[in-house]
This record gives sequence, C-alpha cells and structure tokens, in this order.
Amino acid sequence: MIAGHLPILQVALPLIAAPLCVLLRRPTLAWAFATLVSWALLAMSILLLIRVMADGVISYHLGGWAPPFGIEYRLDALNCFVLLVISAIAAVVTPYMRESVASEIAAPRHNLFYGLYLLALTGLLGIAATGDAFNIYVFMEISSLASYVLIGLGSSRRARAAAFQYLIMGTIGATFLLIGIGLLYMMTGTLNLADLSQRVAKVPDMRPIYAAFAFITVGILIKLALFPLHIWLPNAYTHAPSAVSAFLAASATKVGAYVLLRFVFTLFGAEFSFERMPLMEILMPLSLIAILVGSAVAIFQYDLKRLFAYSSIGQIGYLALGISFASTSGLTGAIVHIFNHAMMKGGIFLALGCMMYRTGSVELSALHGLGRRMPFTTAALIIGGLGLVGVPLTSGFVSKWYLVQAALEADLWPVAVLILLGSLVALVYVGRVIEAAYFRPPPPGAHAIREASLQMLIPTWILLAASLYFGVHTDITVGVAERGAEMLLGIAH
Amino acid sequence: MDILTHFNYWAAIALATIGLYALVARHNMIKKLIGLSLFQTAVFLLFITIGKVTGGTAPILDSAYSLYSNPLPHVLILTAIVVSVSTLAVGLALAIAIKRDYGTVEEDEIHEADNDPGPGSA
Repeated sequence: MIAGHLPILQVALPLIAAPLCVLLRRPTLAWAFATLVSWALLAMSILLLIRVMADGVISYHLGGWAPPFGIEYRLDALNCFVLLVISAIAAVVTPYMRESVASEIAAPRHNLFYGLYLLALTGLLGIAATGDAFNIYVFMEISSLASYVLIGLGSSRRARAAAFQYLIMGTIGATFLLIGIGLLYMMTGTLNLADLSQRVAKVPDMRPIYAAFAFITVGILIKLALFPLHIWLPNAYTHAPSAVSAFLAASATKVGAYVLLRFVFTLFGAEFSFERMPLMEILMPLSLIAILVGSAVAIFQYDLKRLFAYSSIGQIGYLALGISFASTSGLTGAIVHIFNHAMMKGGIFLALGCMMYRTGSVELSALHGLGRRMPFTTAALIIGGLGLVGVPLTSGFVSKWYLVQAALEADLWPVAVLILLGSLVALVYVGRVIEAAYFRPPPPGAHAIREASLQMLIPTWILLAASLYFGVHTDITVGVAERGAEMLLGIAH
Repeated sequence: MDILTHFNYWAAIALATIGLYALVARHNMIKKLIGLSLFQTAVFLLFITIGKVTGGTAPILDSAYSLYSNPLPHVLILTAIVVSVSTLAVGLALAIAIKRDYGTVEEDEIHEADNDPGPGSA
C-alpha cells in the first residue's frame, strides 16, 4: 500500500524530518537522524527507478485530485534518474558530515544545520519529482533559501558576502521563472507540465509564449550557472562549509540542468525551442565559452575549492553543450554527465573536506608533499581530477565520448575539436594539483599530519569508485540516459 | 496595444524595471533588497492582473453570481508572497551578519576589505 505513495514520500519525508531534526538538540542525534533519512530516501529512489524502468511512467495524484486540476507527480526514466543521483549523493555525504561539520560549525547550531540541509534536499527532490510548473518554482525557492543559509554558515566572513550575492542572483533567476510560468498560465490556463505541452503546441506563435520561453530559459540558466550567469558560483562554493560545497556542487546545478531539459523538451518541445527559437545558436557558443574560459580561469587559482568551482563552470558547459545539440547522443551525453559529474565533483569536494579537516587549509601550497602524508585523500583528488579531464576508464570519458559523437553527427567538427581542447586545458589544472601533491617537498617545519578518518574517507571513495565503475560498466547509466533522451525527443521506445 | 486598457501590465513592467535597475545599479545591500522586493511585487501584480475578469465578482459560490474572477492566480501569489517574505528575511539577516563582520553593507567597501576586485556590478 505504501509503495503506491512512494513518489510523494520521497519529498514529504525530508520535509517532515527537517523540523524534527531541529528539535534534536544533541549534534550526534541530529546527524544520525539525518543519515537515516538520507538512506531511506536512497532506498525509495532505487525502488522507484526499478518500477519506472519496468512499468513505464508513474503518475501520482496529490490528494487524489486528478490532473490537470490537481497537482501531479509524474515520474519517468529521466526524473527517476535525477532523484537517484540526488538521493545517492545525500546518502553518501550525510555520514561524512559528522566530523567535517563538527570542525567547521559551532556545536549549538548543528541541529539547525541538519534541519536546513534536509530542507535543501526536499527542494531538490521536489523539483525533480513534480509535474507542476508552479511547484517547480516553490521547490526551487525552498532549496535555494536553505542553500543561501548553508553557504552563509561558512567560517570565513566572505561566506556571508557570497551567500548574499547568491541570494540576489538566485532570486532574480527564480522570479524570471515565475514570470515565465505566469505568461504560460495566461495563454493556456493550466500549470500541469504535460497539459501545458499540449496546449502550448496549439498556440506557438503568440508573443507571450516567446516571452515566457525567454524568461524561463534565462531564469534556469542563472540557477544552472552557465557562463555568463555564473558569477555567484565560485564564491559560493569556495566559502561554504566543505560538506555543503560537496553537496551543492554535486546536486544543485544538476537539478538546474534537469529543469532546463524538462522545460525545453517536454514543455516547449524540441521543434519550438530549436526551430522557432534560436536556442541552439545561443546555448552552443555560451557553453563552449564556459568550457574554455571556466577551465582556463581554473588554471590560475591558488585556492583548491575555487579551482574546482571554476572547473564546475567548465563542466556545466559540457552539460549545456549536450542539450544544445538536441540529438539523441547529445542528450544522452548531457544526462549521463549529470550523473558522472555529480560523482566526480562530489568526490573531489569531499576529498578537499578531508584536507581541510587535517591541514586547516585548501590552499594549493598546503597540498605540497601531501601525497605521502595523506595518500588516500590525495589519490582521491587526483582520480576525480582525471575524471574531469576525461581520461579513458573514468566516467568523464563516457560523457565526452557521447558529446564528441553528437558533434560529429551534427557535422560540427570544430565543436568536437573545442571539446577536446577543453579537456587539454583541464589537464593543465589537474596537472598543477598532481605536481603540488607529489613533486613538491612538504613545507619545512610542517608538523606530522595523519590521514583523514575512515568516516570521511569511505564516503569520498564511494563516490570516486562509482565514477570509476561507471566509467567501465556504462550499460546502466547510458541505458537509462538513452531512454530519457529518447523520451525527451519524443522518439518511441 | 492601448496603454490605458492595459495599464496594469505597464505598471507591472515599470515596477519590475525599477526594481531590476536598483539591483544592478546600487551597491548598498539594503537598497538591493528593496529593489528585489519591488521586482517580486511587480510580478505579483502581473499574476493578479491575469486573474481579473471584466465585471466579475469575488470567487464565492453563490447562485446569484455566475461571473467571477479567476481565483487560481490569487492562490499562487499567496504562496509567492510567502516565498518573497522569506527571501527578504534571509537577505536582511545576511545583511546584519555582514554589517557585524565587515562594519559596512556597501558592496564596494566589502570587496575592498577582502582585497577582491569583485565581479563588477552584480
């Protein structure tokens, strides 16, 4: 009986757990509770994905009200995949949080921290699960408001300034989305995504629909942090507490990419977005600039968190590039990269958290000679970095393979060259990390540093092992991603 | 398009533009938050305008009335107002924390204090 309500439980459980978590005054208790919730969420999302892959789309009617009047939660291969990515990241990052958070945030605030974290999780899962346009806006604001505060909890005062900047940018983005949804409602009288897509197709040549498309796309691109709307991202990821950086880097922008896919393909349709509207002409140059500039700026960073934040901007470029092809291989590459990048970047930021915990710094100079003293942490950092470059046998290679293939299919060989060039630039910044870790002597007078505890190392390595495993065994991830891509493009399966 | 018959839309556009301008042009965080609120309120006005039905009454179930305004945008905006109030609250709380840490809420002075050239106007 409960199995029928899984789609809503996936969102309701963390929402109810968040205030309960605040009531648990003891830090360890709040952490243990949050961990249990995150594992339950992972189990639910695996069950949902299995059911959707076997039986097809699940449509859940909230409160028994039939769509389009009631709110519908509509789960297909694509959003089940996104749900799985977010809950898997949460299930791995939450156990890690205990020590990392204890060292970076004052103890009396721990219950509040875990409460906020569960709220951010609620918002991200809600965006992925819902089939209602206004719901997407509300969940986006739930997750964003919680993230602003989580980022503001960072130990440096710059964290507060970064959180404020993110708040301004994020609210502009969400409000743009709201304007777009309002215009769509004005023209169609519905908010249900499936219903909207049918009705928009009947009135494609109306000016408010054009305006809605523009507002929604720009709003989502701010959330996705695609160049040149990425300004908030480097500061936010750099100054947030380590565990928060890892969680947000692995999940928040991925959900942004999902929302873009959903609006562009399911709601407006590929024909409207790419033939009536110049989405490809806008998205493709911007994502190529993001890939090259993001990676190039990363080379010149001395703070490792900032370095990998800029690398994220480059990786988001790959995601957007895959979307801009509007072909099966392009979308497969983008969707698979949602998963792969979440694992790699999550693992890297977790490794940086281990480094922060032991050395108290994430400066490049603190990494000097660390290859000997913290071998597992540095090895994790390097494997994640090689994944970002796209070295074969890592999962980063799989996504880039599909993107290059999509570029060649579209007869855009200069784009394929630029993708490979982006990898070379990434090799330079990863090379700097390798050089600092293994080929520089430790600073004189450095006191002995022990390897991070298992409670932090195991989550880090789970994510990186997943990124290696799915770099070799691509059947599962690529299979789900291909099915999602075909569904978005309306190709019968 | 006749300006007078659609003056609600023009008002919403004007308010939204003023709000966005304040967000971009001002360095004072409190003024930015005022601009943000103005921008969001303009969008609420847009939604309420969509729900207006000429000659319609309040949406109450009564056999005497058959023509009434569309209540759905009103309900949506109730939710959006809650979101906007929470955003403002978080923004002001951050501004207070920034004032405590830096002694100022002027963005250019904060960038100067951090020796950070700052990302331009945003």
